[in-house]
Amino acid sequence: MGQTLPILSLLIWAPILGGLFILYIGDRQKQAVKLFSLAVSVLVFLSSTLLYLRFDTSTYLMQFVEHAVWIETFGINYHLGVDGISVPLILLTTFTTVLVIIAGWEVIETRLSQYMASFLILEGLMNGVFASLDAILFYFFWEAMLIPMFLIIGVWGGPRRVYATIKFFLYTFLGSVFMLVALLYLYSKMGSFYILDLHMLPLSLTAQKWLFIAFLLAFAVKVPMWPVHTWLPDAHVEAPTGGSVVLAAILLKMGGYGFLRFSLPIAPDASAALAGFMIVLSLIAIVYIGFVALVQQDMKKLIAYSSVSHMGFVTLGFFVVFFIMGPARSIPAGSIDSVVMGLEGGMMQMISHGFISAALFLCVGVMYDRIHSREIADYGGVANTMPVFASFLMLFAMANAGLPGTSGFVGEFLVILSSFQANIWIAVLAATTLILGAAYTLWMYKRVIFGEVANERVAGLEDISLREASFLSLLAIAVLLLGIWPAPLFEIMDATINHLVEHISQPKTG
Amino acid sequence: MAAYMENIYLAIVLSPLIGALIAGLFGRFIGRRGAHWITIIGVGISAMLSLVAYKHLMFDGGEVYNAAVYTWLTTGGYSFEVGFLIDRLSVTMMVVVSFVSWMIHIYTIGYMRDDPGYQRFFSYISLFTFAMLTLVMSNNFMQLFFGWEAVGLVSYLLIGFWFKRESAIFASLKAFIVNRVGDFGFLIGVAAVLMYFNSLDYMEVFSQAEAVAGLTLSPIPGYEWSVMTLICICLFIGAMGKSAQFPLHVWLPDSMEGPTPISALIHAATMVTAGIFMVARMSPLYELSEVALSFILLVGAVTAFFMGLLGLVQNDIKRVVAYSTLSQLGYMTVALGASAYSVAIFHLVTHAFFKALLFLAAGSVIIALHHEQDMRKMGGLYRYMPVTWFTGLIGSLALIGFPFTSGFYSKDSIIEAVHHSQLPGSGIAYIAVLLGVFITALYSFRMFFLTFHGEERITRHTWENLKESPAVVTVPLAVLAIPSLVIGAVLVGPMVFGDYYMDALRVSASHAEGLNEMASRYTGVMGFTLNAFTHAPVWLAFAGVFTAWLFYIRFPHWPARIVGSFGLLYQFLVKKYYFDEVYQAVFAGGARGAGKLLWQQGDVQVIDGVLVNGTARVIRWSSGVIRTLQSGYLYHYAFAMIIGLLLLLAVFVHQVF
Repeated sequence: MGQTLPILSLLIWAPILGGLFILYIGDRQKQAVKLFSLAVSVLVFLSSTLLYLRFDTSTYLMQFVEHAVWIETFGINYHLGVDGISVPLILLTTFTTVLVIIAGWEVIETRLSQYMASFLILEGLMNGVFASLDAILFYFFWEAMLIPMFLIIGVWGGPRRVYATIKFFLYTFLGSVFMLVALLYLYSKMGSFYILDLHMLPLSLTAQKWLFIAFLLAFAVKVPMWPVHTWLPDAHVEAPTGGSVVLAAILLKMGGYGFLRFSLPIAPDASAALAGFMIVLSLIAIVYIGFVALVQQDMKKLIAYSSVSHMGFVTLGFFVVFFIMGPARSIPAGSIDSVVMGLEGGMMQMISHGFISAALFLCVGVMYDRIHSREIADYGGVANTMPVFASFLMLFAMANAGLPGTSGFVGEFLVILSSFQANIWIAVLAATTLILGAAYTLWMYKRVIFGEVANERVAGLEDISLREASFLSLLAIAVLLLGIWPAPLFEIMDATINHLVEHISQPKTG
Repeated sequence: MAAYMENIYLAIVLSPLIGALIAGLFGRFIGRRGAHWITIIGVGISAMLSLVAYKHLMFDGGEVYNAAVYTWLTTGGYSFEVGFLIDRLSVTMMVVVSFVSWMIHIYTIGYMRDDPGYQRFFSYISLFTFAMLTLVMSNNFMQLFFGWEAVGLVSYLLIGFWFKRESAIFASLKAFIVNRVGDFGFLIGVAAVLMYFNSLDYMEVFSQAEAVAGLTLSPIPGYEWSVMTLICICLFIGAMGKSAQFPLHVWLPDSMEGPTPISALIHAATMVTAGIFMVARMSPLYELSEVALSFILLVGAVTAFFMGLLGLVQNDIKRVVAYSTLSQLGYMTVALGASAYSVAIFHLVTHAFFKALLFLAAGSVIIALHHEQDMRKMGGLYRYMPVTWFTGLIGSLALIGFPFTSGFYSKDSIIEAVHHSQLPGSGIAYIAVLLGVFITALYSFRMFFLTFHGEERITRHTWENLKESPAVVTVPLAVLAIPSLVIGAVLVGPMVFGDYYMDALRVSASHAEGLNEMASRYTGVMGFTLNAFTHAPVWLAFAGVFTAWLFYIRFPHWPARIVGSFGLLYQFLVKKYYFDEVYQAVFAGGARGAGKLLWQQGDVQVIDGVLVNGTARVIRWSSGVIRTLQSGYLYHYAFAMIIGLLLLLAVFVHQVF
């Protein structure tokens, strides 16, 4: 790759430096702060499209690689690069940040500069997570990212923000510590922190299992998988709208990304051995959480639970493929297609969930900004006063219910098709989301949007402004485009996922 | 030629979509007239081009078109495509869908004249036309599912069109979720198709059908299931949802909460026939599973008979027509089960016209009476609304299968086909459809007499302005009345006994015997008609009309007396066999109960209460040092984290070197 522009470094450091600069300006010039934040986020997004435009879809090798020695003694490097798994997630990050900046435009009044700076810095750190090829660098970004997130919830959050922040912190911190131990163990075996080297390391099944569990603790909390999901509804409820959006759209994807980048390739035999356990947890997330979502009274909690249920498809897709391969993991002829389909379906579900959950949280934010309530019971008949908004929410609700033609359908469809090839009952349980997802999403929609105007506050609602319409339109386009023509996304992932399939089908005990 | 036809097919699908988008997104700017013009032109283009395609395939010897339009996505070796399969089956559906749709667009101008959601309504019905065309023109299961769910979406939007009404939004939610139950089965069926055929392309799948027919799977250890039976039944569960077959029929009567044009377009003529069409389309698969066919026969028979009975006790004019739709869908399903796919499609076509006609006639009555739908407040309307009366009579005669009307040919063919079927269950089905004829005639003419004849029970206020509906309403009635009368006689020869469908439908030799025997005795339309007088159905229909006349014209005090002596039975019918109550309690209540239990006991009590807070508590109690650290200040934690990290690194580095 004879390229001159260090795009990845730019994507990491431009927003961080931009954020620091905003902190320096402070709250004296609010308009300038807003415009500058928007300019930075848009420029970063445009730069990230270069990743897409210049991406070579024919190879699984890392692209846009940057390398510099960081701490020579321990073999820690500033090593960046992306493949078909990370590029879509980076694009999702840069896109979402633009939306969040627009969404906070008129809503945030206290400590505006710090708010904008937090999101820009967070963006840089998240890009760092997805672009790191060095395990310690990855860990650095992984942990550092939590700090702006804590601040966002802790400073701009709701009344129980302290409880939510601490719960969030304890969960994620406890999880990540074990990941660090796992990385250090791997270093002691391999003498390198280069992630692709770690993939090649032969390990006994027992060692793989310990490693798998250590990684699982870190990633399962992030996804979040049942039963370590209870921080998510609390964090969402207390977080400001922008915080919820980033949390749902990107932070949760770190867990899924971790599985593909670490767990599966480093411990393929353990992944195969524990696949049944992972599938059971995923199915519990899909079915159990589906029921729980049904009875929520708080819209944000409902969407948070719906997120847990939808993320269940991600982990289901990632681990059901081991059932298709069977215990010997000699892929039977014809089954490789469904293995690739399961993994790509899980990836697709992550991207799609990013857009849909962001859209739903933004929609709740739009209503919250007007009425200052998230309770379903405080609404009713919103369609009467906000018809344009009601149409947008209808689209996103249908996408959440997995309607074909929206992005929400694609991932679930592929994961269900793939699951069937593992076992009919897994597919049957997973497919209950068709009913449950429709039930909890549309029941909420009915109670909030339809009906006679419920109270005076609803009667006084004003339909969305141009600013609100702009970010909802962007998301609507993304959701529809990915639903009608998902092929480009799959082209980007294809070489990488095929290589991953080849890799995990080889036992590495030895 | 192929490229030329491809453009025509694309235009057929896309022009209603474009109309829908313009009316939906820019409705405010183009106004009411703009909205109805753009959508009527869009659907009109579809209707005209469908005729071109029909002529191309049926008369000009044009070739079947089967090709992809674009690749939706490729994953692994699977390629999912969006494409068209245009053969004689799909082109027939295209003509029916686009034409009925077009008539209803025009009718809507009159019916929805005063509605504030005028543009939105036109946008929805055009979107529906697009979705339905996508469904029937598809050449693969993925796109079929897309159309399948898209028509469900539009149906949801339209049932809840008057979104302020609690009953309407409840009905729309119910319709969507019950349909989703069907779609759940359908999706499993699609997944099974992909697994065993390695493709979702119809032609690819059909070509391997024989090979897959012998396979079995054993989802429960010790039980061997035929793969083909599993696939066929799962797909049919989808059809049961969409075509409102027992026991997933509960959404259709409630769907009458939507505006009447919708009841006609979606919930009678087109969308509900999607399931029938799907099974006919998959005939190469269904022919290979007699278990599935028997299942279909029984479901259809139960629906045809028991839903017809409910039509007898309804007082809402639209609900009577709705139950008659359920019952007629049951007839089509029975025909499918008897492997008489061509006959099922034949009845689908005739039913689309006469049922749309009946709904629009009912709608015409409803607007004339200022949205009064209760037949007990009608009567004697033939004096005021001659066009509606006459077209309503044609529709009713076609529905009961009166000789020479379209419904007569299609329904008689179904009964004959079932009579000849050898499959298990065909005996019961035959009795059900036979008795159904009497019941159909009874409820149809009960409705007809209560509405148009007998004593005037109209309230004084509505009576004063009572007059025939405007031309935008009556012209579609007249236009639909013509095919309702003649299309049966025109099509019965080629469609039932001829080679109308060519290769689009496949019937195995052993299942075709009945139809072949019927065909051997077929001597033309007149012969078929006269021959019918020697069989029971025609006389049963006459008997039904006569009974209705006795009860509602001659001795109008009889029904009340009968109700008095069969109180329990009557109550059972009025309550629609208590399906709604049971479903509401078991499924809706059960799901909410499960949700509350899992949430309060699982998440709040066990996970948060015991595990999370318990862990925190244990840590707090076990160490005073840690307790002081749990200060709640984030920077303390961050500090602790960094110290911990450094310690770990130090210990570890010490070990390595």
